[in-house]
Amino acid sequence: MDDLYREQILEHYKNPHHFGELADPDITQEGDNPLCGDVITLYLKLDDGRVGDVRFRGRGCAISQASASMLTDMIVGKPVQELKTFPTGDLLEELGIPISPARMKCATLSVNTLRVALNGDSSEEED
Amino acid sequence: MIQARPIDVATVRADFPILGRQINGRPLVYLDSAATSQKPETVIDAMDDYYRRYNANPHRGVYTISEEATAAYESARQRVATLINARSPKEVIFTRNTTEAINLVRYSWGRANVHTGDRILLTEMEHHSNLVPWQLLAQEVGARLEFLCIDDEGLLQLDQLERKLEGVRLLALTHQSNTLGTINPIKAIAAAAHRAGALVLVDGAQAVPHMPVDIQDLDVDFYAFSGHKMCGPTGIGVLWARRALLESMPPFLGGGDMIKRVKLTEASWNDLPWKFEAGTPSVAEGIGLGAAVDYLNLYGMEHVRSHERTLVGYAMEKLQEIPGITLYGPRDPELHGGAVSFTLPNIHPHDLATLVDREGIAVRAGHHCTQPLMDRLGVAATTRASFYLYNQADEVDQLVRGIQKAQKVFA
Repeated sequence: MDDLYREQILEHYKNPHHFGELADPDITQEGDNPLCGDVITLYLKLDDGRVGDVRFRGRGCAISQASASMLTDMIVGKPVQELKTFPTGDLLEELGIPISPARMKCATLSVNTLRVALNGDSSEEED
Repeated sequence: MIQARPIDVATVRADFPILGRQINGRPLVYLDSAATSQKPETVIDAMDDYYRRYNANPHRGVYTISEEATAAYESARQRVATLINARSPKEVIFTRNTTEAINLVRYSWGRANVHTGDRILLTEMEHHSNLVPWQLLAQEVGARLEFLCIDDEGLLQLDQLERKLEGVRLLALTHQSNTLGTINPIKAIAAAAHRAGALVLVDGAQAVPHMPVDIQDLDVDFYAFSGHKMCGPTGIGVLWARRALLESMPPFLGGGDMIKRVKLTEASWNDLPWKFEAGTPSVAEGIGLGAAVDYLNLYGMEHVRSHERTLVGYAMEKLQEIPGITLYGPRDPELHGGAVSFTLPNIHPHDLATLVDREGIAVRAGHHCTQPLMDRLGVAATTRASFYLYNQADEVDQLVRGIQKAQKVFA
């Protein structure tokens, strides 16, 4: 049963990266899965069109919180314009485990919240 | 009538084809019967037989197979009536499920009888199906919702009952909590409600499948339950109501079968129970429910209840030994139906359910359609193991081992 929760996921869950708040964020965005009770808040500090710094707070299952931790690693320093179309697939690849349909909302909560923060809605398609 | 016999789990399990399945290389351990029960072969066969031999629209056909379909469908209604000790099958309305049965009361009785300023009394432990319909009615007519609170063991605080019943038109509550397992003392509660002039609707979705239910003895006004949680198929549920109430209520859905005489601008209604059954009914599902009632009668609901009481007592004892676990619901197995909810520190219920699924164990994780109750308990979600007549103590042991394994992963 261990392979489903790779060491890396548990590590991110127990010791999440960029966990906490920013004193003076440019963007604060909450996201939740009412069905699961997973919640996260993303804090973004922008710096010359890039994500200068990021923090998150959250509560929920290991998949949702580890994915948020991994996402913060993936977006820090990246251009905002590029992150507006951040592909969900990249985060799922980083998670590196098969995500069942029932758990997909947990796995994508962080990236959906990022999209709401930058685009105003969570859909992946460009308009 | 066949003498009901005590439950021999090996015999029972052999009647359920799905219990022979392997999941992730392990035998299926199905601990989610509060969500939906598994189906015995006799139920599957009864529906199959209908479709293969006498599939026809019931009630109006004058040919043989339509008459056979009518007889089978109506005999299912009779068997349901007998199971819950209804005075007459005319009081047994077939619906799609418990939710639709409650909504029938909300639209038909509720709109005609609940007015601005009236109160509807509910409890903190209601399933969304017995909460949201009343929110909608209250918003529509300007009524007020009041709530009976629970104590920390998940029992209703009945010392509040009389005070809270003041000015109440309807008390709607669950017979057995799907999340906590709490069995509510419906008979005493209904008597108090009637003294205060309120009618009583009971959500029996978790009760009729698991214990003897005698609606005449309970002396309630409306009682709703679902076929699929009692060994029957999905798509068939029951609203039982007092005949006088049903006679006085306006129809719910309009259409074929529920009418007597139709003119271009008006219509008159069919007799009970068909007045409330518009359109072609779920014939196969009704027949399947009849077969499910027959199946449960082989054992008798007393035996089903005592089997589950033993399992729940054993499950609470074994789960209690897991370090850090929090169990919800009454400690006394007499007051605790066949569902046990719990949380563990550091393991979210969804992670736990995913991990034990690797061992072939099916448990439910989430809010169990009782979000206000989750708020009351101060948790986002729980894990729930729920039992039925085909479950055995060994499956509780497997669940405990699965939890211990998950704890090692998260240690």
